[in-house]
Amino acid sequence: MIELELDGKIINAASGSTILEVAIKEGKYIPHFCYHKKLSIAANCRMCLVEVEKSPKPLPACATPVTQGMKVHTCSKIAVEAQKGVMEFLLINHPLDCPICDQGGECQLQDIAVGYGSSASRYTEEKRAVTNKDLGPLVTTEMTRCIHCSRCVRFTDEIAGYQELGMGYRNNHVEIMPFIGKTVDSELSGNIIDICPVGALTSKPFRNQYRSWELSRRKSVSAHDGLGSNLAVQVDKYHRVVRVLPLENEELNECWISDRDRFSYEGLYHEDRITSPMIKQDNKWVNVDWETAIAYAAKSINGVKTDHGADAIGVLAGANSTTEELYLLQKLMRKLGVYSIDYRLNQADFTLDGKQHGASYLGGKQTDLLKSKSILVIGSILREEQPLLAAKIRKAVKSGAQLNLINVINEDVLCHVTNQIVCDPREFAYIVAQLVKATGTHSDIDLSNVSLSESATSLVNSIKDGGYIVLGEIAKMQPNYAELLMLVDVLAKNIGGKFGVLSGKANEIGADLAGFVPHKTEFNHKAKNFGMNARQMLENGKKAYVLLNTELECDAYNSNLALNALTLANTVIVMSPYVNEQMRSYADVILPITPFTETAGSFINFEGTWQKFNGVTKPLGDSKPAWKVLRVLANTLSVDGFEQNSIEDVRKELIALNDIAGYLNNSMDISKMVIKKPDLSNLIRIGLQSMYNVDSITRRAKSLQETKQAKIPTLMISSGLADSLKINALSNIQAKQLGFGRKFDIAISDTLPNTVVMLAVNNDTCGFGGRFEVIELNTYLGNYK
Amino acid sequence: MAIYTSGVIFAGVDTADKDCWKLESYIKRGGYSALDKILNSGMTQEQIIAELKSSGLRGRGGAGFPTGLKWSFMPRALDGQKYIVCNSDEGEPGTFKDKDILEFNPHSLIEGMIIAGFTIGASVGYNYIHGEIFEVYERFEEALAEAKKAGYLGKNILNKNFDFDLFAHHGYGAYICGEETALLESLEGKKGQPRFKPPFPASFGLYGKPTTINNTESLAAVPFIINDGGQAFQDKGIINSGGTKLFSVSGHVNRPGNYEVPLGMPFAKLLELAGGMRDGKKIKAVIPGGSSAPVLPGDVMMQCDMDYDSIAKAGSMLGSGAVIIMNEDVCMVKALERLAYFYHEESCGQCTPCREGTGWLYEIIHRIEHGEGRLGDLELLDNIGNQMAGRTICALADAAVFPVRSFTKHFRHEFEYHIEHKKCLVNHKWC
Repeated sequence: MIELELDGKIINAASGSTILEVAIKEGKYIPHFCYHKKLSIAANCRMCLVEVEKSPKPLPACATPVTQGMKVHTCSKIAVEAQKGVMEFLLINHPLDCPICDQGGECQLQDIAVGYGSSASRYTEEKRAVTNKDLGPLVTTEMTRCIHCSRCVRFTDEIAGYQELGMGYRNNHVEIMPFIGKTVDSELSGNIIDICPVGALTSKPFRNQYRSWELSRRKSVSAHDGLGSNLAVQVDKYHRVVRVLPLENEELNECWISDRDRFSYEGLYHEDRITSPMIKQDNKWVNVDWETAIAYAAKSINGVKTDHGADAIGVLAGANSTTEELYLLQKLMRKLGVYSIDYRLNQADFTLDGKQHGASYLGGKQTDLLKSKSILVIGSILREEQPLLAAKIRKAVKSGAQLNLINVINEDVLCHVTNQIVCDPREFAYIVAQLVKATGTHSDIDLSNVSLSESATSLVNSIKDGGYIVLGEIAKMQPNYAELLMLVDVLAKNIGGKFGVLSGKANEIGADLAGFVPHKTEFNHKAKNFGMNARQMLENGKKAYVLLNTELECDAYNSNLALNALTLANTVIVMSPYVNEQMRSYADVILPITPFTETAGSFINFEGTWQKFNGVTKPLGDSKPAWKVLRVLANTLSVDGFEQNSIEDVRKELIALNDIAGYLNNSMDISKMVIKKPDLSNLIRIGLQSMYNVDSITRRAKSLQETKQAKIPTLMISSGLADSLKINALSNIQAKQLGFGRKFDIAISDTLPNTVVMLAVNNDTCGFGGRFEVIELNTYLGNYK
Repeated sequence: MAIYTSGVIFAGVDTADKDCWKLESYIKRGGYSALDKILNSGMTQEQIIAELKSSGLRGRGGAGFPTGLKWSFMPRALDGQKYIVCNSDEGEPGTFKDKDILEFNPHSLIEGMIIAGFTIGASVGYNYIHGEIFEVYERFEEALAEAKKAGYLGKNILNKNFDFDLFAHHGYGAYICGEETALLESLEGKKGQPRFKPPFPASFGLYGKPTTINNTESLAAVPFIINDGGQAFQDKGIINSGGTKLFSVSGHVNRPGNYEVPLGMPFAKLLELAGGMRDGKKIKAVIPGGSSAPVLPGDVMMQCDMDYDSIAKAGSMLGSGAVIIMNEDVCMVKALERLAYFYHEESCGQCTPCREGTGWLYEIIHRIEHGEGRLGDLELLDNIGNQMAGRTICALADAAVFPVRSFTKHFRHEFEYHIEHKKCLVNHKWC
C-alpha cells in the first residue's frame, strides 16, 4: 500500500494503481476520454491532466502510477487550466451542433464541455470535415465528430481479438478507419458504439429516431445465449423496445454485450409477431378472443386425451422460455398425465437420461474456467455460440492459458491455439478415448482398440495437469453425445481437472431444473412415469403436440421428422410470439405469448446463476405472458395448483432454486463401453446454424441478418471432398436426406474435414433430416449456373 | 557537401575518395581494432561503460543524455532477447550529419553497434534509417554485407563466443519516427507514433524487450573511445561537453556542410570555418540546434560557444547540432510559417494538444504572413503554445512551440509590423 495525498486528503492506495483509478475509487471525478477501465492505457486525449507536486508539468492521471508521498491536485489552477486547454483543442474541430447529433444527451464530450469548455471559441479558422466510413450494417459513423480517443481501435484489437480499426494519416487529418475495403465484422462490434465518447460511432438501426432522455431504461437479461448478459433495455413512450445496451455485471458480461444481444431487439416487432389468439376453422385462420382460444385449446387437449389417452400428447418447448413458464407447463401436463415433455429440441442422443446425477452446467464459475492453465473445448464454434465467453478465453490465453480445440470446423478464435483438431463429429468420442487411454484407464471402458494419434499425444501434454474441458452445442447435438460425455467425465478425473457443458440457449439449466424433461420432474426428482424425449416424440408421431416458444421445424434436430409429425398430428397447440408459414399449416390454435421483454421471468445461465427479471414493457397488442396463459389454461382444464396471481406466486414454488448449487452436478453413471475406430465411409451432414438464426427473435432481426456472420453458405464441403467427388463451385449439386432433396450453390472451403457436408440449418433447408446424420450429394451433368 | 574535421568520426576519411566508405579503407584507418581490443583483451561490459562515462559522450540525437549512463540502464544480466537500435531517422530540418556518417564512414557505426551489442547483451541490432535518404540506406546495406562477409557480424565474431546480427531498416520519411518509441513502433511494422513512458525502452522496448536506442553519431564515436580511452575523447572538448561534435551548418553561409569540431568552439569560429556570411550580408538569426531549438539573434550567437551549457545559457539548445544561419533579408514571419507548417505536417496526431495545436499555430502564422493577422494573434499564439508544451506524450509539441515562442520573442517587432501593415518588414523573394 502507498500513502498519497489527493486534493488534500490522505489516502491509501495499492501500489501500481494509477492516479485516475485511485480517484475513481475515492469518488473523485477527473475528466477523461481515452481512458477505459477494460482497455489498455493510451494516454493520448490528455483530458485527465492533473497537477502533481514536484512535477514540472501536469501529468495524465490515467497513466501516472501513484507513488509514496505523492501530492496530487485534480482541480487546482494548474490542473484545471490544463484540462480547459485540452477541451479547447478538442472543440476547435468538433462540430458544435449537439441538437442534431445522435449522441446528444448521452455524450461525454458534451457533458465535460459543460464543465471545462468556454462559451465562445477563439478558433476562427475553417473546421475539419472527415468522410464517413462504412463499418457494416450495425455501426454508423459521423467521423467529423471523432476526437481520436482510440478506444474503438483498442477495443477491436484487445477485446474483439482482431484489429479492424486503425488511426490513419497524421496531425489533425488523422482518421479512424477500417482497413481498406473492409468493414467491422466482429461479433462484438456494437460495443464500439458504447465506448465512443462522442457521436462518431452510433447504432445504425437506432439512428436518428430518439433522444436518449425520451427513453425509459429497464433492466433485463439476454435470452440469446447461455451467458445471461445483463441488459439495459430502452423503451420509448409507446412501450416499444428501441435499443439494448449492456448493464454492467463484472462476473458475467463485464461492460460488454454481443451484437446478438444488442441488435436482436429488432426482431421483436417483426411482421410475423402475432397479437391476437387465432384458431383454424375450415382451414382458415380466424382471430378470436382469449376465452375462445383457451377453451378451444382445452377442448383439443381433452379430446385427444379422451380418444387416445394422455400418452398421445407431446410437449416441446424452446429453452429460451423462462423457468416459470417451463415449470408451469410441465406441472400442468404432468397433472393431466402427459409425460412426454422435453426442451432438448436439437439433441439426438438421450441415452444418459436417468444416469446423470444432476443438471449439467459449466462445472464451476467462469472464473474457474478462465484461471485454469489449459482449456479444451470440444464441439463448439465458440465465437458464435458464446461470443463473450470467447473474448474472455482470448484474454486468458493472452495471460498464459493454453487453448485446445476439437471441432468439426476450423474456427479462427483469434488467439493462439495450442492444439486444434478438426475432425468428423463421429470421431469426437474416439479422440477423447485416446486422451483417456493416454492418461489412465477405466474398468468399464474397453480401450483395447484405441490407438494414440500424434495430435492426441500433443493434446494430452497440454491438458494433463488439471485441464478444463468444455463441451459446446455441436458436441451435444451429434448422435454420440452420451459416449462422448462419459469419456470426458473419465478424462477429467484422469487429469485431475474439471469439465462442463455450455448451454447454447439462455435457460437450459432452468428448463432442466423446472422438470421440463421426460425423466425428471422439478429439482432433479426422478419422474415416476418416464415419457418420451424430444426425438422419440417426433419419431413416434403423437396425436397432439403442445409447443411453447419454438418454431420446431427450424429448432428441431430433425426438421423432416418434425414437419411430418406436426403435419400428421390431429391437433397442434402453439404458444408463440411469432407465426410462420409452416406453423400456419400444422397448427390448429396459436396463442400469442410474449417474448422475454414483455414478461417477468428468470433464466439460469450456464454456470448456474439464477437471474430474475421483469418485463421491460407491456405486452404487444393482445399477447399475454405465457405463465398467465398457462394458469388460465390450467383453470379451464380444472387442474388444481394454479392459483398464482403474480410471478412471485410462481417463484414461491421454485424457491428451492435459491440453493441451486445442490442441483448442479456433472457426474454420471458410466456404462460399459467398447470404443472402436468410427466408420466414416458415409458422408455425414453437419447442420450448422448462423449465429443469428438461433432463436425466433434473432432470426427476425433485420440488421443482424445483413452481417457477414448471417451469410454463411448453405452448402459447403472441403476442397478434398470436392476433388474426390470431382465437383467445383459451379457444379450442379443436390443434397438429399431421408428422400428429401434440394439443389444449392456449393461453397468449397478448407475449414472442414473430408467426410462431412456442411448443410446449414436455415429456411431453405427446412424439411431436411437430422443435423448430424447421413447425407447424399448428387451431381448432375452440366453446370448448375 | 563539405566535411571539415578535426574530430574522431571523420578523422582520416577522404570524402573525395569514392571508396572511402569501404571496409578495406576503414581497416586501413584502424577500423575494427576497438572490437578486436574488446574481444581479445577481455574488456568487461562494466569497463566499457566506465570508459564511456569518462568520455563525457552525450547523446548526439538532440537530447544530450549521457550515453554511458543510458547503457548502464540495460538489464544486462537478464536472460532473454535484448536489442540495440540505432536512430538514423534524421528528419529535423537543418540536420544532415548522420547521412554523411552512413555515406562516408558506415563501418564506424557498425563497429560502434557491435560494441554496444556486446556491452548491453544484445545479440541483434537494427539501424533505422530515414526514408528520404534511400541511397544512403542502400550504401549501409552494402557495408553490412561487407562486415558480414568479413566475419564482424553473425555467429562467433572474430572466433570468439559472441554473436551479433545487425539489420538495416528504412522508414518512410516521417519525422516522428525519430522519436525513439515511435521508431520502435515503426520498426515493429505499426504506425509510427510515440508510446507513453514509462515504461522506458530499457525495460520495454522493441517487441517488448529491453532495448537501447542511440543516435548514429553517438554510436560511431564509440570505437574511438574504446581505442583511445574515454579521457582522450573528453579532452577533445570541454567539461560537461566532452569530445567533438558534428555541426550541420546551413543557411546563408559560403560553405554549408558538416563540421566536426571540438565542443566549446566559439560560434564565430564555426561561422568562419563555414566561410562566413554569403554576399557579405549581416547575420540576423541562428537556430543553433535543429529547427526545434529556439532561434537566437545573430549578435547573441556571435558571443556564444558551441557546447551544451553555453547555448543553454543563451536560451536555446545544442540539440542535434544543426546550425541554421539566417541573414538580414530573411522575413522571420515567413521563416516561422515554414517551421510551423513542418511541425503541423509531422505531428502524429494522437495527443489532442499537438494534433489540434500544431495546425492552429500554423493557421494563425499563415494568416499573419498573408496579411490577415489580427491584434491579439501574438497573445493567442503564446497562449496556445502554453496549452501545448509539456502536455503531450512526446516532445513534438514542445518542438513546435519553441520556435513560435522564440521567433515572436526575439523578432516581435517584425510580427507586429506584419499584422499592422499587412506586409513584410524586409523584402524577400517569397513575398
